[in-house]
Amino acid sequence: MSDEATIEVRDLRKRFGQTVALDGLSFTVRPGQVTGFVGPNGAGKSTTMRVILGLDAPEGGSALVEGRPYRSLRQPLRHVGALLDASALHPSRSGRNHLLWLAHSQGWSARRVDAVVEQAGLQGIARRKAGGYSLGMRQRLGLAAALLGDPPILLLDEPFNGLDPEGIVWMRGFLRELAAEGRAVFVSSHLMGELEDMADHLVVIGRGRLVADTSVAALLASASRGLVRLRTAEPAQATALLTGDGATVVAAGTDALTVSGLPSERVVELLGENAVPFSEVSLLRATLEEAYMELTREAVEFRAAGAEEASR
Amino acid sequence: MSAAPTTYRSDLPAGHAGFAGLLRAELTKLRTVRGWVIALALAGLLIVLMAAAATFHQQNYVQASPGSPVVAAHPFVPLGPGGEAVTDSFYFVHQALAGNGSITVRLSSLTGLIAQTYNHGSTSQSARQATRPGLVPWAKAGLIVKEGTGQGSPYAALMVTGAHGVRLQYDYTHDIAGSPGAVSAASPRWLRLSRSGGVFTGYESSDGTHWTKVGSVRLAGLSETVQAGLFVTSPATRQSTQAYSDQSASSARAVFDDVGLQGQWPQGFWSGSAVGAGTVTPTLTPGSYQQSGGVFTVSGSGDIGPAVGVGSTPADSLAGLFVGLIVVIVVGALFMAAEYRRGLIRTTLAASPRRGRVLAAKALVLGSVVFVVGLVATAIAVPVGEHLLRVNGNYLYPVSVFSEVRVLAGTAALLALAAVLALALGTVLRRSAGAVVAVIAAIVLPNVLVITAAVPLAASQWLLRLTPAAGLAIQQTLTAYPQVDYAYSPARGYFPLAPWAGFAVLCAWVALALILALVLLRRRDA
Repeated sequence: MSDEATIEVRDLRKRFGQTVALDGLSFTVRPGQVTGFVGPNGAGKSTTMRVILGLDAPEGGSALVEGRPYRSLRQPLRHVGALLDASALHPSRSGRNHLLWLAHSQGWSARRVDAVVEQAGLQGIARRKAGGYSLGMRQRLGLAAALLGDPPILLLDEPFNGLDPEGIVWMRGFLRELAAEGRAVFVSSHLMGELEDMADHLVVIGRGRLVADTSVAALLASASRGLVRLRTAEPAQATALLTGDGATVVAAGTDALTVSGLPSERVVELLGENAVPFSEVSLLRATLEEAYMELTREAVEFRAAGAEEASR
Repeated sequence: MSAAPTTYRSDLPAGHAGFAGLLRAELTKLRTVRGWVIALALAGLLIVLMAAAATFHQQNYVQASPGSPVVAAHPFVPLGPGGEAVTDSFYFVHQALAGNGSITVRLSSLTGLIAQTYNHGSTSQSARQATRPGLVPWAKAGLIVKEGTGQGSPYAALMVTGAHGVRLQYDYTHDIAGSPGAVSAASPRWLRLSRSGGVFTGYESSDGTHWTKVGSVRLAGLSETVQAGLFVTSPATRQSTQAYSDQSASSARAVFDDVGLQGQWPQGFWSGSAVGAGTVTPTLTPGSYQQSGGVFTVSGSGDIGPAVGVGSTPADSLAGLFVGLIVVIVVGALFMAAEYRRGLIRTTLAASPRRGRVLAAKALVLGSVVFVVGLVATAIAVPVGEHLLRVNGNYLYPVSVFSEVRVLAGTAALLALAAVLALALGTVLRRSAGAVVAVIAAIVLPNVLVITAAVPLAASQWLLRLTPAAGLAIQQTLTAYPQVDYAYSPARGYFPLAPWAGFAVLCAWVALALILALVLLRRRDA
């Protein structure tokens, strides 16, 4: 099989008692991009991640990293860095010592620990007891642990939880950088907005099933449906002109029109040829949030807390 | 649409993720939680400090001579040929036997007296006591060949007992049964004890004509000329229901006649000696003999055999073991259960997906650390406790170096195994509280019940055969001798299983718990 930095999930099935957590889920996470893993709470995101890491056994299907089952990896942190639950720390062990035992388990020395402490910006607090860390500090520590083996695959469950706005910006930039180095970065979130301007690809699930497996660009394009915003002092003239070329034009205020059925380049061309003044022609972009809401309108389940989140 | 086609390649040196790394990781985990380190140190410290509890053992105060100050000192306990503590107290009608020879005698009566009151403790009685007639089961009368009249010297003796028939006994700890039955004028018993070099052979007969061999024994290091003759002794009765060694002294009186000597008996006349009179053995009378024609009437009191119930053992200095056990059990359970509580177990198993190796590394690290702590503690506690016992006038049983090391290392291993058992149950239950309660109930509770005699003896013996508490037998340095009546209870240092057998029972429980933990750890979702 390939040793490319991929996660391949094929037809995963798993139940917790009566609750179906994963219902034939398949997708692939590729290197060099940030893949957002999105779905409401209880959709099966954490369960999927635990199955990928060999922690939970699926009832059917397979999850492979670099073409191999995770449990067959001899030095797993070299292949996959994971952050499942930032609070999974012994409160009286310092962050540095937490990283130290992890390093020892892979046969590495304290030198590697110092490197990731710096990388995650933990220098000031690494020797303090982890019990006193804020959630944001814990997320950074979890990220440091995931980076310990400098792995080509990163798997992060809700890494933005508890981060302040500054931390969110830092985390986005950091994950984008990691993907730019050629790593596969797989990030789950129940808030699509967190993935805005970061994710290249999206795997959307609901009730343990795949809802969408798409690039962010394609998703936004389909949600925008090619609408063009036109701002002009002569709306009547513009409307007549564009309609004549086959477009549908709807007024959107006193000096604004929404044009569909023509690419923005053609709109500019027509207006220019006929000397119709305009102050703005722009693609009417849907936000990722809007695109997601539309996508999951049918799949979203409005359970307050699914079995998956409750078990954490 | 995929962005960068080339996969990231780390330039990090590979390193080696072997089992050694896993051990190191678990050791790092253990030593970086300060509470656990403090608890383990405290366990060791408590074991050392509680050695001082040995001070509360019985204290003996004696005067070296009239008028001299009273000092704490234990009574004299003679040592046998093998260096073991012995009782050697009897009335001896003897003369020298040079070289090979034999002595034959008819025994036609064996009766006895038992003191009405209990001697508390083990000091000898000088005052006359009220008595009632009665022969204790291990009253002894018969023939003895002995190196000399000094206590603890090697011997072979052929005797009739109060209730255990004819016996051939030698060198204090050995006992060979002959035919059963008591003696009376109607059914006398003939006994013959012969020496040939180092070999002593005993015969018995109910008619003086037809002889049956009781047994043949070899005694090492006996002189050419030895003391041989008749002896009578009668041990104190022990009240097996009592928690303390209350005992009533007894005496026996035997009538011998038809004495036949073969070989060289250069002295030509009998002399009587009260061997070991006034020593640790409770006696009713120093003993005496009367000779009238060929009839000897001999009375004596005491015993010839292993010393029982007179001294302390290394285990008496380890009263802190139970506190230490509870502490290491808590740490052992937390070492695993805390990972479940925090969800840290997922980090552990993601880093080391081979779960059996994780469990093995955890058990090995925890067991080794607790063993080292335990060994340091016991190696300090036992000498300290023994010193305190000695200065308080307690007698310490002689213990071989091997046995002493076995008690020290075995107790440390007991602590280690208890911690590993808690670790295994912590894995099974994924909760520390349940695991702690279960292991304390399995190891500490049976021992407390047994030591405090809160359950009947039979129940406590089964507890110490079947439960993990059987492992406490590793502290045993005493041997129970059927030829000495005594309440051989675990509370007094006599366990129903041999040291290593009891230890094996504990090991079996730990192995079982680890297997269960392994199966569940592998099968369950983390």
